[in-house]
Amino acid sequence: MAVAAEISGRVRRRKEHTRAVQSPLPFFPEQASSFAGSVDTLFLFVLLTCLFFAVLVSALAMFAAFKFRRTSPAQVGSTLEGNLILEVGWTVIPLMIALVMFAWGAVVYVNFRIAPKDTLDIYVVGKQWMWKLQQPNGKREINELHIPVNRDIKLILGSEDVIHDFYVPAFRVKMDVVPGRYNTMWFRPTRVGKYHFFCSQYCGTNHAAMGGEVTVMDPAEYAAWLSDESGNMNPVSAGAQLFTQLACVTCHLSDGTGRAPSLNGVYSGRVLLADGTSVTADDAYIRESILQPKAKIVAGYQPVMPTFQGLVTEEQIMNLTAYIKSLQSQPVPAKGAGIAPAATGKK
Amino acid sequence: MSTASRTGTAPALKLPEKHYLNSEYGLRSWLLTTDHKRIALLYLASVTFFFFIGGFFAMMIRLHLLTPSGYLLSADTYNRMFTMHGVTMVFFFLIPSIPTILGNFLIPLMVGAKDLAFPKINLLSWYIYIVGGAFTLYSMVTGGLDTGWTFYTPLSTVYSNSAVAPAVLGVFITGFSSILTGLNFLVTIHTMRAPGMTWFRLPLFVWAHYATSVVMILGTPVIAITLGLAAMERVFGLGFFNPAMGGDPILFQHLFWFYSHPAVYIMILPAMGVISELIPTFARKKLFGYHFVAGSSIAIAVIGFVVWAHHMFLTGQSTYAAIAFSFLTFLVAIPSAIKTFNWTATLFGGSISFDTPMLYAFGFLGLFLVGGLTGLFLGCLGIDMHVHDTYFVVAHFHYIMVGGAVMGYLGGLHFWWPKMTGRMYPEWLARIAAFILFVGFNLTFFPQFVLGYLGMPRRYHAYPPEFQVYNVMSTAGASILAVGYLLPMAYLTWAAFYGKIAGENPWPATGLEWKTPSPPPTENFEVTPVVTWEPYDFHNRPDLGLDVPSHTGVMPVPAHGHD
Repeated sequence: MAVAAEISGRVRRRKEHTRAVQSPLPFFPEQASSFAGSVDTLFLFVLLTCLFFAVLVSALAMFAAFKFRRTSPAQVGSTLEGNLILEVGWTVIPLMIALVMFAWGAVVYVNFRIAPKDTLDIYVVGKQWMWKLQQPNGKREINELHIPVNRDIKLILGSEDVIHDFYVPAFRVKMDVVPGRYNTMWFRPTRVGKYHFFCSQYCGTNHAAMGGEVTVMDPAEYAAWLSDESGNMNPVSAGAQLFTQLACVTCHLSDGTGRAPSLNGVYSGRVLLADGTSVTADDAYIRESILQPKAKIVAGYQPVMPTFQGLVTEEQIMNLTAYIKSLQSQPVPAKGAGIAPAATGKK
Repeated sequence: MSTASRTGTAPALKLPEKHYLNSEYGLRSWLLTTDHKRIALLYLASVTFFFFIGGFFAMMIRLHLLTPSGYLLSADTYNRMFTMHGVTMVFFFLIPSIPTILGNFLIPLMVGAKDLAFPKINLLSWYIYIVGGAFTLYSMVTGGLDTGWTFYTPLSTVYSNSAVAPAVLGVFITGFSSILTGLNFLVTIHTMRAPGMTWFRLPLFVWAHYATSVVMILGTPVIAITLGLAAMERVFGLGFFNPAMGGDPILFQHLFWFYSHPAVYIMILPAMGVISELIPTFARKKLFGYHFVAGSSIAIAVIGFVVWAHHMFLTGQSTYAAIAFSFLTFLVAIPSAIKTFNWTATLFGGSISFDTPMLYAFGFLGLFLVGGLTGLFLGCLGIDMHVHDTYFVVAHFHYIMVGGAVMGYLGGLHFWWPKMTGRMYPEWLARIAAFILFVGFNLTFFPQFVLGYLGMPRRYHAYPPEFQVYNVMSTAGASILAVGYLLPMAYLTWAAFYGKIAGENPWPATGLEWKTPSPPPTENFEVTPVVTWEPYDFHNRPDLGLDVPSHTGVMPVPAHGHD
């Protein structure tokens, strides 16, 4: 029974997939993101250029093999031994073409690495061997991702154990998910449908099973899907809860009078450090401050905070970060000695 | 004598009475030998042993992937198969194959020396290789290895449940064998060239090995340190790469690829050296652009050291770093292109025959062309973000490693087999085997380019059903490929004992190794040869007995310079 169900499921998946394929060439997967077209065009350019050279060299070699085949056992070849103009030509011309490929490739890649402003941010945690994803309103998914079409999506990627990689062939994008740091990737889905995503960095036993499906929906449908099942706590309130549970709140008093700096308005501002340097309070800085509090001490405060390494999961750190981010809109307290808001530009 | 054999009027050729194979008998005479030719045969036996172990793993992988859900192996077993396939093939077959077998046998002969500079160190390097191999085999039978040949941390140092430590130790130990071999070659090439053998009269096989040796000596210590740190992290729990202990997993990748990318050139440069011998010999013509081909080997060795982070474009490394490494990657493609154009140009005006070694040279040219050009796709940032870590990569490096390095190795083995054993292989059988290999190889690996662009990630023991048709093609090709490898193994062994007697110079070829009996005496040359000719010059070599049009020959030039 189970086998039959699996087979029929597989047939169904295949049918769905066949329907989704709308690629201009048989070896292209479906094009479903803003990057798909530019990657495929670049690929075609490189492919045609390489085909030209491959055919040229093979044809020349085959022609020569036929034309200059040995006709008597003791025959020798000519005394030809080189030609400087040819050497320079076939060094310089391929170099120029290679540089065009390089530059074009770099443009596509830079566009992928620099996310636009105002993205829909989704937190993604990889662990052996599943993906946990969380929408901005806190709705959680496992091995599934629902996103609206034609909206810039940014994935913030963290790992609980080994290196993974989030890869959506139909979007032509992937990014490693590295423990101990955040990577981000962005894309804009352009076509409604269901697409495979894979883990494409080998991560142990069930690496091949660590995939799922991205569902790209109409914005209205997405909104309906998102509001459905509101039992999930959103990251900000989960973070607020943790902030109390973990007793962060006892030192990080919001008015700046505690043993630790107030976190109001910290996010994305500059923070002045005890060693005289300053740092931008981004996701990575907050994460480091939770896990290795002694790495960067805020000016005017003592290194008294204990490490939370091993006490909080990646997801909890993301929730805490979301909470700290949410403090953004509240006023910055006057007594926050260590906080140097961007506006004051303190040296 | 060789002229006579070609016109068919000669008395039957005879093997020399005394040569390196019959100068001494018994196990001791082999295990304690310092003769570079005997050590080359020791390597031949052990490297072939590892090749068939690695080949067995490959066959298991391909059989398993016939169906999307893979009924043959469990996920863990499959992961062990591809890991051990990679480790065996890279560290115990591809890296040692051409240098330690053909290089060991031929470099002293080609430069006109009696042996390598350090014969005992040469033997030591074989023993080190065997000890390293034993550790790795031990790992394979006591739990296997499932980290991928790249040993990425923290999977390898914290999470893997397989026998990582002995395997890593095995690779660590084998590295010393590489370093010693490289050192031996460098010193030999510098100090032991025969009178008249100037730098620019060296066969390009020797130039290629010179460049390879430099990479071996400079790169191998880095992988040794890296694997040492990984082993300490795994065994003693020291935090170098584990982020939970403050380490950096990306640091491991930088260190690993700092060696492992140049290691690609350790594998392919010697094969390029072989092809640079085969093409002039079977086109009976000087190699087109000798200086450019020699210089491009050095350029590959140098630039090859600064491209490593192109394996890491999608680890989250800085965008600027990615752009710089992509640029350097495109630069390293140019010397390979120069070689390819020069090989092709050599054919023009030649007198081309289609003996088996030349068929391998043509095969190499075609497959290396595909392998090299697909490298441009991967070096191109905008394409790599899609095809990185997919079957596109698997296909690309097999075109370089198998299509390039193994084709070069087999071509070289056929070409020098008469020198090594004194006997010819069966020509028609060998041609058929070369053809089978070429067809089987392309059927195995070409569909993987398509798979990769369609988005199938590598190292998957199960896959979505839409990828099946290409996997079936690939497995069918692999079966043909297996036959193609078993055939030469069988007939070359047979030919070593029963093949037709080859004579001193059966092709004829111009290198010094062909101016001594086949098989050569233990001391290589009865009198130290004096070189008065330019490399691959068929026109001023009356000793080869070829029909040289009278107006093309010029007077032999004396050795120039004091090098």
